[in-house]
Amino acid sequence: MLRGHQTWIFQNRPVIVSTGTVVGPMEGEGPLALDFDLVHGDIWLGQDSLEKAERKMLEEACEQAFAKADLNKEAVQFFLCGDLINQITPSCFAARTLSVPFLGLYGACSTSMEALALGSLIIDSGGAQHLICAAVSHNSTVEKQFRYPTEYGGQKPPTAQWTVTGAGAALVGNQGTGPHITSATIGRVIDMGISDPFNMGSAMAPAAVDTITAHFRDLNIGADHYDLIVTGDLGHVGYEIARDLLIKHGLTISEERFTDCGILIYSREQPVFAGGSGCGCSAVVTYGHILKRMKAGELTRVLVVATGALLSPLSYQQKESIPCIAHAVALESGSEG
Amino acid sequence: MSDQQKKKLTPVQQEYQKFAQAREPKRSVLYNCVKAFLVGGFICLLGQFIQDFFIWNFDFTERTAGSPTVAVLILISVILTSIGVYDHFGQWAGAGTAVPVTGFANSIASAAIEHRTEGFVLGVGSNMFKLAGSVIVFGVLAAFLVALIKTLWSMAGG
Repeated sequence: MLRGHQTWIFQNRPVIVSTGTVVGPMEGEGPLALDFDLVHGDIWLGQDSLEKAERKMLEEACEQAFAKADLNKEAVQFFLCGDLINQITPSCFAARTLSVPFLGLYGACSTSMEALALGSLIIDSGGAQHLICAAVSHNSTVEKQFRYPTEYGGQKPPTAQWTVTGAGAALVGNQGTGPHITSATIGRVIDMGISDPFNMGSAMAPAAVDTITAHFRDLNIGADHYDLIVTGDLGHVGYEIARDLLIKHGLTISEERFTDCGILIYSREQPVFAGGSGCGCSAVVTYGHILKRMKAGELTRVLVVATGALLSPLSYQQKESIPCIAHAVALESGSEG
Repeated sequence: MSDQQKKKLTPVQQEYQKFAQAREPKRSVLYNCVKAFLVGGFICLLGQFIQDFFIWNFDFTERTAGSPTVAVLILISVILTSIGVYDHFGQWAGAGTAVPVTGFANSIASAAIEHRTEGFVLGVGSNMFKLAGSVIVFGVLAAFLVALIKTLWSMAGG
């Protein structure tokens, strides 16, 4: 049901029945390693191309979600997924393996929450009993497509970010005890004229702020409604900017209640510049770390705001600025439902 | 960003960029330059040793020792690239490892490794010069222009 301008309220309270998270070696060395289901030490995953490795991670994340929910794929009606690679081939090819009716999505790094928001809407409206919402990114395939060869010795600035190698899948259903999805706010595309692809945090921060303020305006709630507001992949740079921008907009959120997946996934000692990015970043941190904390009772209400930079290598070469988007999904612990 | 591009931005965008810039960590230009100078100089020093090695031990003159010296430096760079060391070194050294011939070799080798999975013809062959290609194009163009100026100069003078 629409509330305000751009927010859906899910009255039937769809449930995250189970999740699957698969990550690569860098994420395995990070502080959240124990929250993930599978950690791979090899970025190739034994495959003969990195694109196949990315697809394999996605398939494994889905398998984990199926296994934990004790369901087989026939019980799932739809598969909503996206990634960052041209024509979202890792998602399409994983959908071929799953052979579940498939909706391919692209919202850059916001794809994880784009999928969860749409999936929740489908479940809420009775369009499915179960579906899978997933997102995947692989550091090396993204570098190859968007930037330079991985072994190229160019110097990156401290505002650059490290694309997460990881796949996160959530099995969403119409009943269960897991955390509920209560509402979602679909973001507008915001472009503040930043054109440096090594400075995505600054480019995406205004989109995150726009969606967060829209969410609170549409639902007429205050920032203290949530125990935690977590942005997708702003990194240290974008996070600082977003926090200050929110204060400028009259929304002061304390540091303990506001964090970023790109900051959480790596430790400061790791050579990841300003933090993690990629649609796998918000997917694995939300479906691994955040949901674990919710199930442990540490968090009751969480707002996940996945941010995406909608650039392409071509648009960057043609000196276009970077339009950005953010989608917010509100999660609530299942105890009262 | 150039002033011309800035003019196209709306006042709100300009205000935000100032706001964001104040919160972005900066690279120390001086520190970076010093590192680049030292590393670049060290690579040249290494080249000098290799050149002297060829002159002392083999039948090379200072003029002819250049080619095997460059070949050895390229080989070292390609080996360091293929074992995954050069990119970390480049991140630290900046232009120090990018400007000498080792940087050129790295750009070709890294692109060749990257596109190996697309096969030798469509992958390695067509992508090898993805980064180095523009260096070659504009290197040849610059050489042509300089040669043209020199020719015109000597024609006018002679």
